[in-house]
Amino acid sequence: MSTSAIIAIVLLIAAVGFTLGYRKSQRLAAGSAQKAHSRAVYHGMFVVSWALIPSLILLAGWLIASPALIAADIHADMPEAIENGTNPRLAYQMVEGIGAGLRALPADEQDAAAAASAADLRAMFQRRGIMVASASEDYMVELAVKRNRLEDYSRIAMSAVVILLAVAGAAYGLSQIAVRLRARNQVERVVGGILVLASSIAILTTVGIIFSMLFETIDFFGRVSPTSFFFGTVWDPGFAAAGADPTVGQFGLIPLLAGTLYIAFVAMLVAVPIGLFAAIYMSEYASRGVRSTVKPLLELLAGIPTIVYGFFALVTVGPFLRDMSAQLNGLITGNYQNFIQAQSVITAGIVMGVMLIPFVSSLSDDIITAVPRSLRDGSFGLGATRSETVKRVILPAALPGIVSALLLTASRAIGETMIVVLAAGVAARLTLNPFEAMTTVTVKIVNQLTGDLEFNSPQTLVAFALGITLFAITLCLNIIALVIVRKYREAYE
Amino acid sequence: MNQTIVPAASVLHPTAAFARPVKMRGEKVTVHYGAKQALFEVNLEIPERQVTALIGPSGCGKSTFLRCLNRMNDTIEGARVGGMITLDGEDIYDPTLDVVELRARVGMVFQKPNPFPKSIFDNVAYGPRIHGLARSKSDIEEIVVTSLRRAGLFEEVKDRLHEAGTGLSGGQQQRLCIARAIAVSPEVILMDEPCSALDPIATAKVEELIDELRQNYTIVIVTHSMQQAARVSQITAMFHLGNLVEVGPTEKMFQNPDDKRTQDYITGRFG
Repeated sequence: MSTSAIIAIVLLIAAVGFTLGYRKSQRLAAGSAQKAHSRAVYHGMFVVSWALIPSLILLAGWLIASPALIAADIHADMPEAIENGTNPRLAYQMVEGIGAGLRALPADEQDAAAAASAADLRAMFQRRGIMVASASEDYMVELAVKRNRLEDYSRIAMSAVVILLAVAGAAYGLSQIAVRLRARNQVERVVGGILVLASSIAILTTVGIIFSMLFETIDFFGRVSPTSFFFGTVWDPGFAAAGADPTVGQFGLIPLLAGTLYIAFVAMLVAVPIGLFAAIYMSEYASRGVRSTVKPLLELLAGIPTIVYGFFALVTVGPFLRDMSAQLNGLITGNYQNFIQAQSVITAGIVMGVMLIPFVSSLSDDIITAVPRSLRDGSFGLGATRSETVKRVILPAALPGIVSALLLTASRAIGETMIVVLAAGVAARLTLNPFEAMTTVTVKIVNQLTGDLEFNSPQTLVAFALGITLFAITLCLNIIALVIVRKYREAYE
Repeated sequence: MNQTIVPAASVLHPTAAFARPVKMRGEKVTVHYGAKQALFEVNLEIPERQVTALIGPSGCGKSTFLRCLNRMNDTIEGARVGGMITLDGEDIYDPTLDVVELRARVGMVFQKPNPFPKSIFDNVAYGPRIHGLARSKSDIEEIVVTSLRRAGLFEEVKDRLHEAGTGLSGGQQQRLCIARAIAVSPEVILMDEPCSALDPIATAKVEELIDELRQNYTIVIVTHSMQQAARVSQITAMFHLGNLVEVGPTEKMFQNPDDKRTQDYITGRFG
């Protein structure tokens, strides 16, 4: 029985349990002098909880444990594989492949197939268009048959036990229903548990992502020394195409980090004043009508996919800056040579800055609006103008919040990928000239992972080291922002 | 403290207050908030260097009238003011009038103490600085100290002038706000329920202060407390449903009001 069918049956049992619980509760309440502790719907949900929770936990546990146990059993039966020098993991994968192939064959061919040699089986599979690894050996067929049998047993047992548990749970729940049963409180606990589960899944995923990067990063640092990575000033990873002779290149982080920070800096230079002034206009000067139109329009910018900004930079802003610089140079020196490259720090920075404007303005607007009205009144009441009030009362009061908003924006700028991939160029250069191309950590991650590459060379593994470095930087920025926000809250409540 | 319990008006001759020159005058003042009319043709004179109390049940328009006197209603979207209000005979709603200057002449203290998130010193120095009232650092210091003294706060805070104003107690914060208003040397001080967020002891101190400030300033106070109106004011104006019901010397208003609504309100029959 398939897993989804089992779940459907369990849900059906729960639904029946709900109805029975609901009716029993109503009946008991009608026949009792006491007032029922909980409404009938809570008694129904109480039964549902008992039917669902134990059985679904068991189902999940079984689905996780059973393949591992079967694999262990099969591994124990494979002495030859290890003698032959074949990787046992690879061998098991082939067994799995054959097992899956056997299941796909029509019923009348199954018995013949189970007795066939590996070579015959491959032929049978090919007729049916089933792909299977060419290195399979005879003993694997036998094991595959065994594996399929074990799997079948496991599944039948699982179906029976899970459904029985659901029925038993529902029956227990039903038997517990009484007029004074505190089903309402119990259901509340179940709801709490579900919410905790949801948030822990989110947190565990983050932890999982970090660990997956961490192992690859450790692998990388086994091949390239951390000092040459973190303090190296040359980025020249060499090539690592599949089959080619892997030359060890130089993996200096500094030029990439410099490019990342430089471009982010230019972007903030564009986004902070414009975004902040827009926020001040919207929160302090604009009438409600204007605000209700301008704010959503500005936030529309945030909805544009970053790849589109990338096009904009590549096709419009980059060439425009290049041509403008050529004209400017021509007017001044007579030499029509452009001094701004089409792909440059300034192009990427400006376009990224435009992308960040809505972040700055929207976050700052919320923070400025949160400054109590009484402070504005106090300042106006003393005869201050709007701009004096903004400069001397509102901005100082909102400053911690604004700083943390800017840090969050900066962490976005540092992690931004698509705009820089298209607009900043790929040359890992250390320069202070904003008119030349520089590259960023994210661009190099994209570069190192694109194409036909082996996943076990330093050239690809470096992407994980870069990723985790970037993650560490943005995490630090976010933590600082959170700390500032917390301090700010304490001051205002 | 005991002397503040005695109605301040009782020491005066009932008509003495009206003998004073008129500082501000409202003629047929109407206020609309959007489509809703909040004030109906109010005529009221504010005598110079007296405390005028505006009383009445919630939503009667007394705060609205107060906010007209220094055009704080301008900062509320959808508020429209009609009629005429004068300060020393000058129309304050005249388009050529500088609102910023008006508010320097007619200061305001709010219901909830609202010190800026700055030091005590900077709170008081705020007004003089933006209006350029001081030429030097020592000028500013002098204004701050004088204002704090007048607000009766100096002795309590003289050792921590550079600590945050928000760290003071509620009553101290309110007196800081009064000091802040005094620092720009206004002629009129408007107070919108200045004691509603304070405990009785802090309230007594602020009331004492209001009584002293009367020597130099014209004060208009909105209050929900009948006792407070009786204690601090010389003139009382009763508002009801956006109309001015009755105005007169405080003593007369509390002992022998002309209008039945005033009597009912003062004796606690509604409101």
